[in-house]
Amino acid sequence: MAAGIKDKVAILGMGCSKFGERWDMSIEDLILESFLACIKDAGIEKKDVDACWMGLYFDEISGGKSGITVSSTLKLPFIPITRVENKCATGTEAFRGACYAVASGAYDMCLAVGVEKLKDTGFGGLPGGGTDGQIDVLLGADRTAPGAFAQLASAYEAAYNIPMKKIKEAMAHISWKSHQNGSKNPLAHLRNTPSVEKILNAPMIAYPSGLFDCCGVSDGAAAAIVTTPEIAKRIKKDQEIIYVKSLQIACSSGEEAMYTDWDGASIMTTSKAAEKAYKEAGITNPREEISMMEVHDCFSITELVTMEDLQISPRGGAVNDVLNGFFDLDGGVPCQTDGGLKCFGHPIGASGIRMLYEMYNQLQERWPEDRQVKNPKYGLTHNLGGFPNRNVVSVSIIGK
Amino acid sequence: MVGIRSYGAYIPRYRLSRMKIFEAMGWLNSATIGLAKGEKAVANADEDSITMAVAAGINCMGKIDRNKLDGVYFGSTSMPFQERQNAGIIATALGMKEDVRSIDFSGSLRSGTSALLAAIDAVGSEGSKNMLACTADCRLGKMGSPQEMLFGDAGASFMVSDEDVIAEFKGSYTLTCDFGDHVRGRYSKFDRQWEDRWIRDMGYGKMIPKAINGLLEKYKIKIDDFSQIVYSCHYGAERKKINKTLGIAPEKVQDILMNEIGEMGSAQSLVMLASALDSASPGDKILVISYGSGCDALYFEVTDKINDLKNIKGVAANLADKAELSHYAKYLAWRQIIPIDTGIRGEEELPSRWSFIWRSNRAALSFCGSRCTKCGTPQFPPQRVCVKPSCGAIDEMEEYNFSNKIARIGSFTGDNLAASMNPPQIYGNLFIEGGGKVMMNFTDCDLDSIKVGMPLRFTFRIKHIDERRDIVRYFWKAVPIKEEN
Repeated sequence: MAAGIKDKVAILGMGCSKFGERWDMSIEDLILESFLACIKDAGIEKKDVDACWMGLYFDEISGGKSGITVSSTLKLPFIPITRVENKCATGTEAFRGACYAVASGAYDMCLAVGVEKLKDTGFGGLPGGGTDGQIDVLLGADRTAPGAFAQLASAYEAAYNIPMKKIKEAMAHISWKSHQNGSKNPLAHLRNTPSVEKILNAPMIAYPSGLFDCCGVSDGAAAAIVTTPEIAKRIKKDQEIIYVKSLQIACSSGEEAMYTDWDGASIMTTSKAAEKAYKEAGITNPREEISMMEVHDCFSITELVTMEDLQISPRGGAVNDVLNGFFDLDGGVPCQTDGGLKCFGHPIGASGIRMLYEMYNQLQERWPEDRQVKNPKYGLTHNLGGFPNRNVVSVSIIGK
Repeated sequence: MVGIRSYGAYIPRYRLSRMKIFEAMGWLNSATIGLAKGEKAVANADEDSITMAVAAGINCMGKIDRNKLDGVYFGSTSMPFQERQNAGIIATALGMKEDVRSIDFSGSLRSGTSALLAAIDAVGSEGSKNMLACTADCRLGKMGSPQEMLFGDAGASFMVSDEDVIAEFKGSYTLTCDFGDHVRGRYSKFDRQWEDRWIRDMGYGKMIPKAINGLLEKYKIKIDDFSQIVYSCHYGAERKKINKTLGIAPEKVQDILMNEIGEMGSAQSLVMLASALDSASPGDKILVISYGSGCDALYFEVTDKINDLKNIKGVAANLADKAELSHYAKYLAWRQIIPIDTGIRGEEELPSRWSFIWRSNRAALSFCGSRCTKCGTPQFPPQRVCVKPSCGAIDEMEEYNFSNKIARIGSFTGDNLAASMNPPQIYGNLFIEGGGKVMMNFTDCDLDSIKVGMPLRFTFRIKHIDERRDIVRYFWKAVPIKEEN
């Protein structure tokens, strides 16, 4: 029986670029920005990196189909670099590859770097066509991500008989909270603080999601250096060492899209990945034990149902938890403490590592008092790539 | 006995008030005020002559097994493809077997009746028992032209058989004349016509009486023997004149539906025939004359089997289901008369890969999935490994057609970000009656009327127009079913 990843890998250092509309920055500039911050934090030099995993999703916009963009930008000397993509779990997938390489004993020190240069498309939102292949072009709905995820709301309304007005209020609170948190974060893309009323009255993007229910589409990069606990202890003080507790990925089995049991009011893959992640990390009561989270709030309704899929809220109970402030910065389980995808922004390949960056810094209690979570023990990150009926989800837990 | 066994009509949901056209374009051609009465039927942005023919075919076949059909003939002057058989797309969309005859009939507004006559000729020959004749047209007039006022979009379909015949075919008479009244060349998008007075007097005025007299003489019958007379001619005064000349009692003349639909091209006389059949009784004799490069005259006698034909979606049922088209400009955009901005997102390249399309043909055009023979679970698109978690059988599938099923909405949205000719793009996850699930576009509906749990049926529509390669791609969409009475 495999023992899992718990405590086999330590995060030695992390770095994150400023996210946003980086019109003057190329994908290479973003990689360099995050990498320099990362090795400074790790206290290592470029030559210490044995291997690298790079996460980049829309390679056709910028960056190309291999990891050569990383090596030739950083002038890494002929080391192995693997480019990975797994929809919105791309960044986490890169981190996971680096961790498994260290845990296997193949390498001492690995770099994970995630990057995306989205603002060269010329339009808002993500490119849509064909991300599920040609069959999707022929037979799929002409959908965008906002529309695909917005459907969670109508299904949720029907499943729990909660009026749409109340669901919309909870959605607005979710976005309001993320804007509050993002405003305190100098690296975040969106730092404004719209009122709940403004959020509720914003233009409709895809019923019932309005403009403020949708996350930012940003340029950005984030990086991590992972190593063995033994090496980490030689370089850093014990209390500064953050360990990987679990790394789980779940891909849709086809049940959601093609079999009838799933009602569309939840994300099955999140539930499955979370179960495995809690088991791997030895967590039995997530609502009590998880200190804080960075979840995939591509849309506010996604964050709402994710609270249930991660077993933090009971089924049908997330609306009340949200409206009671349970996920606010001073709540029971603070969520999106850096502003989330909503406000930090969502450069696909970078997002998973950006989330870990936030949890890593919170766990070390490095942030100013106005956004530092008190006495954190476990930080959870969650990515959801694809659409509610067909997706890949990652759930990762890191801790002291 | 050979004749019509079943029939169906299709009229698109949207209607454009002719006064709206005049308000927009009357400045150019003030004489069109005389035509600015009633409304015209307008195909949705995702409809064309093929999809309308399929819809009429579905309405015609009802619960009759489509595997019984030995062929499909399609008559139209506005076919989407010059090469790639249009009737073949219809046959596949209707889920017909592969060993069937298929022919496109085009080139004149007689194409519809010519397809029907050919289908009648085919029944009984070379083992063919059941044929389907479909017609639909979607003709365009230039902005400000009288044709723009007149033309309306519609389709009709007739199952021709030698059993259970509701209207026996008694005979026909055809005139072929190279009469250049309305002409479109190889590359013409819009209709061009010669002077109305000439068309009226030398075309309709001469040829229709000639065709009718030819048929009467050929079969030694009198005009009074007919209880319903169907002929196309949108010139009101000329219709009165023709009636008078031939001694036709005005109450026997089928309405041309100009105020409800418009001049339907190849579909004109056959939609009118469907309308005549809607109210026909056993023993009725029906005379049908189409007009275009001459005339086809067809003579039918209704049998008592017509009383067994229930719940047919003919003209009356179609006319009841309509919605007003809010803007004249929307009509221009839907028919691609003027270019519109769908944003940079709308310029995304989605190429047509024919080898892929061929592999997916039954799924995309026939809406066929698979059903596991071990556990009975229907699934779409077709799978080799059963999706039911407790089953998982491998290669135990049979083909399963979803196109005739009813579905219910599990979740939905109206998407303002998606590139669409009719935003918001509405779509949702559907639970299909009898099992199976699909996320697909909805059409012919408004977001305000959509609710979780609402029933829907499936309709064959344009999925994507690949303008760069001049290819229309088709798939199925969901249409809400009106709350039952």
